[in-house]
Amino acid sequence: MLNVENISKTFFPGTVNERTALDGVSLHLKPGDYVTVIGGNGAGKSTLLNAVAGVWPVDNGRIYLGGVDVTAMPEHMRAEHIGRVFQDPMMGTAPNMWVEENLALALKRGEKRGLRWMVTKELRAELRERLKALDLGLEERMTTKVGLLSGGQRQALTLLMASMKKPKLLLLDEHTAALDPGTAAKVLELSDKIVEENKLTTMMITHNMSDAIKHGNRLIMMNQGKIVFDISGEAKQHLTKKELVEMFSHSTNITDNDAMMLS
Amino acid sequence: MALSAYFASLSLLKLVKNVPGGIAQGLIWGLMALGVYITFRLLDAADLTVDGSFTLGGAVAVMLILGGWPAWAAVLVAVLAGILAGMCTGLLHVKLGIPIILAGILTQFSLYSINLRIMGMAANKALSVDKFDLLLSSRYIPSAIVTAAIIALALVSFFYWYFGTQQGSAIRCTGSNPNMSRAMGIDIGFMKILGLSISNGIVALSGALMAQYQGFADINMGRGAIVIGLAAVIIGEVLGKALLGKHLNFFGTMAFVVIGGIMYYIVVVVVLWLRLNSNDLKLITAVIVALFLAVPYLRDQKKSSFHRLKVKEGKPNA
Repeated sequence: MLNVENISKTFFPGTVNERTALDGVSLHLKPGDYVTVIGGNGAGKSTLLNAVAGVWPVDNGRIYLGGVDVTAMPEHMRAEHIGRVFQDPMMGTAPNMWVEENLALALKRGEKRGLRWMVTKELRAELRERLKALDLGLEERMTTKVGLLSGGQRQALTLLMASMKKPKLLLLDEHTAALDPGTAAKVLELSDKIVEENKLTTMMITHNMSDAIKHGNRLIMMNQGKIVFDISGEAKQHLTKKELVEMFSHSTNITDNDAMMLS
Repeated sequence: MALSAYFASLSLLKLVKNVPGGIAQGLIWGLMALGVYITFRLLDAADLTVDGSFTLGGAVAVMLILGGWPAWAAVLVAVLAGILAGMCTGLLHVKLGIPIILAGILTQFSLYSINLRIMGMAANKALSVDKFDLLLSSRYIPSAIVTAAIIALALVSFFYWYFGTQQGSAIRCTGSNPNMSRAMGIDIGFMKILGLSISNGIVALSGALMAQYQGFADINMGRGAIVIGLAAVIIGEVLGKALLGKHLNFFGTMAFVVIGGIMYYIVVVVVLWLRLNSNDLKLITAVIVALFLAVPYLRDQKKSSFHRLKVKEGKPNA
């Protein structure tokens, strides 16, 4: 479904701030793969996700999505095939617009936006049903501005928006990092449910090792712009947190103290 | 004694006589404010093109009518000219990466020369209502008010529809959250150009009507238009929220923006009636805009814990 071939990305080339964020990364995702991505700060996790989403062009390499070369395609054109949820709950929704308007906008992701009225009566009824399934009571707040919702509600809404029009690829960029533990768990549970129901090919960045093990069928670890560890299937299911932390400290050369904190 | 003489010299009748003219002018400026509302509120961009495109609309309309065009067709071409001006600002911003405020200033600056050329290098072109069939004129104020009000109602209705369509909503979304818009597949560059074009088209329409109303186009008629537009937007919003509160919908908000233009011009009429120096109008306008912009901010500040704790500190037993 997703084929990343040897991509590289260097920020601020030729300056003192030069930083290699991606260093020849290759990754192949089969349809239905649910990959969790871990790694330290600056390992290149978000850069990888943003490169796939088209936020910026890569320096080298190719990106194929569903067999199509999207390397040169700008972000808004790739959006047709990619659903995204961001780390910042503020980023995934339009705060000045109503809940139903946000959903209706998402339903047209990547399509031509013409001069038809956006929220029709029939659509409103359909959106209400979709919101009911979230079980957050948002179906009673369809004409509330999204800016008035809580962070958790917004992330749940963004998840629904990202998946409502079925994407070829769902990108979750530490989408629970800004939430309290209880809400984070709920949003993660909802993510699993949505991924499972729609059989979505998914990449999820997380800083939480337990979550990385618990969710998905494959796990990759990144360090210094490279994928240093890739485990899937049976082997991933038997992976323990202790092993993962050891692997992490081994590959990143950090002290045991840091590793302790991460676990 | 001088004061009582001053008050005695003010005639209430004169004030009442001048109010209809203020309403007509306010309605026309209210249309201009609608254009400002689209960029300032919906697109979240401060577009300074409007000072130029207002004059552009007036200049194009006057020259075409003088050239024998019917008034309605001249106004239509004026709108197209405004759309082009907005498009120019949009292209400077989106395609050449110039910050939007600067892009607007550049277009506005260049429009000064262009407007002069349109008017045949004259700073002022008269258009007599006696010789030409105009859409509205200060000579016939009641009918001017009716005409302007009908146009305002039509425009507000049109925008209520347009910004509810998929395309119009994409423009609003671009202003509300550009990151999310891109992730939703919205070409935000295109939406910005589109929004700026529509906005300046309306501003030029307002300029074309104003030139007919006052009977001339002047190279400086758009100077400070952005401030008057902002004044109308802000006065209208504050007024709308105060009167309708939660029931203020999008249609109402836009209607109140037009009403904000009228309120502004009634203030102008009162100021002139008080025989304050009309050269001070710009200062007074700026103060009004600053006040209306500051009121919501100061009200929020008063509710903040910083303020409440400070008050308590002063009275330890409170």
